[in-house]
Amino acid sequence: MPPVVSARGIVNRFGPQLVHDGVGFDVHAGEVFGIVGGSGSGKSVLLKTLLGLRRPDTGTVSLEGREITAMGDTELREVKRRYGVTFQQGALFTSLTVAENVALPVVEAMNLPPAAVASLVELRLRMVGLPLDAAAKFPAQLSGGMVKRVALARALALDPKLLFLDEPTAGLDPIAAAALDTLLLYLREALGLTVVMVTHDLDTLARTCDRVAVLVDGKVIVDTLEGIVANDHPWIRQYFHGARGRAALPQLESHRGT
Amino acid sequence: MNFQATLSDASDRLRLVGDCRMGDVTQLEPRLRALRDAAPSALAVDVTGAGAFDIGPAWLVHRAIAELRARGTRVTVEGSPPGPFAYLDGLVVQDVSTTSVPVERGPLSWLVDLGQQLETRARTWYEALIFGGRVIFTAGTRWARLEGLRVPSVVRHVYETGVRAIPVVAVIAFLISVIAAYIGAQQLRPFGAEIYTVDLVAIGVLRELGVLLTAIMVAGRSGSAYAAELGVMKLNDEVDALESMGLNPLEVLVLPRVLGLVIAMPLLTVVADAMGLAGGAMLTNYLFDLSWPQFVTRLNDALANTTFWAGLVKAPVFGLVIALTGTLRGLQVRESSRELGRLTTVAVVQSIFLVILVDALFAVLFLEIDF
Repeated sequence: MPPVVSARGIVNRFGPQLVHDGVGFDVHAGEVFGIVGGSGSGKSVLLKTLLGLRRPDTGTVSLEGREITAMGDTELREVKRRYGVTFQQGALFTSLTVAENVALPVVEAMNLPPAAVASLVELRLRMVGLPLDAAAKFPAQLSGGMVKRVALARALALDPKLLFLDEPTAGLDPIAAAALDTLLLYLREALGLTVVMVTHDLDTLARTCDRVAVLVDGKVIVDTLEGIVANDHPWIRQYFHGARGRAALPQLESHRGT
Repeated sequence: MNFQATLSDASDRLRLVGDCRMGDVTQLEPRLRALRDAAPSALAVDVTGAGAFDIGPAWLVHRAIAELRARGTRVTVEGSPPGPFAYLDGLVVQDVSTTSVPVERGPLSWLVDLGQQLETRARTWYEALIFGGRVIFTAGTRWARLEGLRVPSVVRHVYETGVRAIPVVAVIAFLISVIAAYIGAQQLRPFGAEIYTVDLVAIGVLRELGVLLTAIMVAGRSGSAYAAELGVMKLNDEVDALESMGLNPLEVLVLPRVLGLVIAMPLLTVVADAMGLAGGAMLTNYLFDLSWPQFVTRLNDALANTTFWAGLVKAPVFGLVIALTGTLRGLQVRESSRELGRLTTVAVVQSIFLVILVDALFAVLFLEIDF
């Protein structure tokens, strides 16, 4: 079975600034794949490239064996319906209610009576742990954590097999963040969901990610979390072995001083 | 495997075969609806041939079964239940709060709506009045110190609303003047009074058309720009950020824009007046070979001392109106992109309306004082 996500030789340049210098990796089915990097290292640009929202200057991206970098608009649009995405700021449609936001992918994809749509909206809200009275609210009336959960509910609306999450736990309280980790683990177990997640959250990395790609100096280092943590690269040592790293990743204790 | 949902004629047997994905819901849902309508006394759900279920369709089946059971139907499931069922059982148990109650609409609700709309409208005018007062007050207190007026910011706005608008205002003024002159000349020709086309153009452009068209163009360009800029800043919490630093948004954002437009408008009007006269000169030359010296001579006789100033004095007032409307509407944006669009539109429409209203007031004033 081909890897669910496959990137080869991705180069992204903004004028004189080289953000990605030949980035490549595979994500296998059922994996939770973390992408880590310092601020400005190009994590979000990489995510947009994987999503087909941005064409790389060179390189290819394939989703479920289909090369999206070579596709035309119409074909690419059809591919985009097969995965779910959440954005860093939630990206909810501010003139629609929560229910309308979550219902949108379903309403656009198929013709269903309102009662069925409402039932599916209820399902997604329950899945992400939102109270049902949030359904009639507008995004401006929600807290940051609720916005993130509505965004995830919308991303799950069509039961995608592939999820792209941009900092899903940023801004969530520890209870909500843990609930989200649990949800992702369940979805992976029960449905073989593949998740590609850009994150800073060391707890989420430790609890959910099978492998991690570290973006540094325009290139990636891909390994399991244990492998990454043992890596000698100076930036990695600072990221994972600083005060926060040691607190979140007890297994790093054995590497301290290495 | 392809999904198939079949319901027996007596609605007592639902057979689900194959993998059921979200896309298959369009097939599944009518059967479930038919089941709900039929409300049989007993139902067998045959999932022996069913494959993998997405959570969405599994939920719909799960809910349908629960509803039927609650209404007294005896439901049996043949074969192992779809995978997600165990997860869904857990979901429903952790009960979350009830849905909100819809607002009741009685027979007099139209009256309530009318009252609410009137109140909203009145409050908007009240806010506008307060806003205008606040801006003037802020201007007054800052007048003493030049740096309090944020000259670089004002200069930037004069550039963007004035200098960058010169090409479009010049062309519009020229064209409108040509049109007006042409129509005028046609009417005057039967009387052999073509020469008075010059009067028509000169007085029309300098007193009214020049400044009014400039104001309308500026309202479209800068009224909407002001509203949109400040609206996006509101949506991004940038205005809150200013306030939290102890800065007054009226001083930092609104005043430079108002001053910029008040300065730019008269300058643009001069451009419009000049181009308008040029248009008139060109057309009279083309239509009845009026030479430039002849045009100027006639112009001299046609213009009174007050003609040019009657137009120009209105320009800064129009600028004030447009800037205040644009910035006020921008600062009223909250919550959603639709509000931004709506208020930007309101800013432009109201600016133009108020400009024309003020122009009419000026006309009456000038009539009274014989200006």
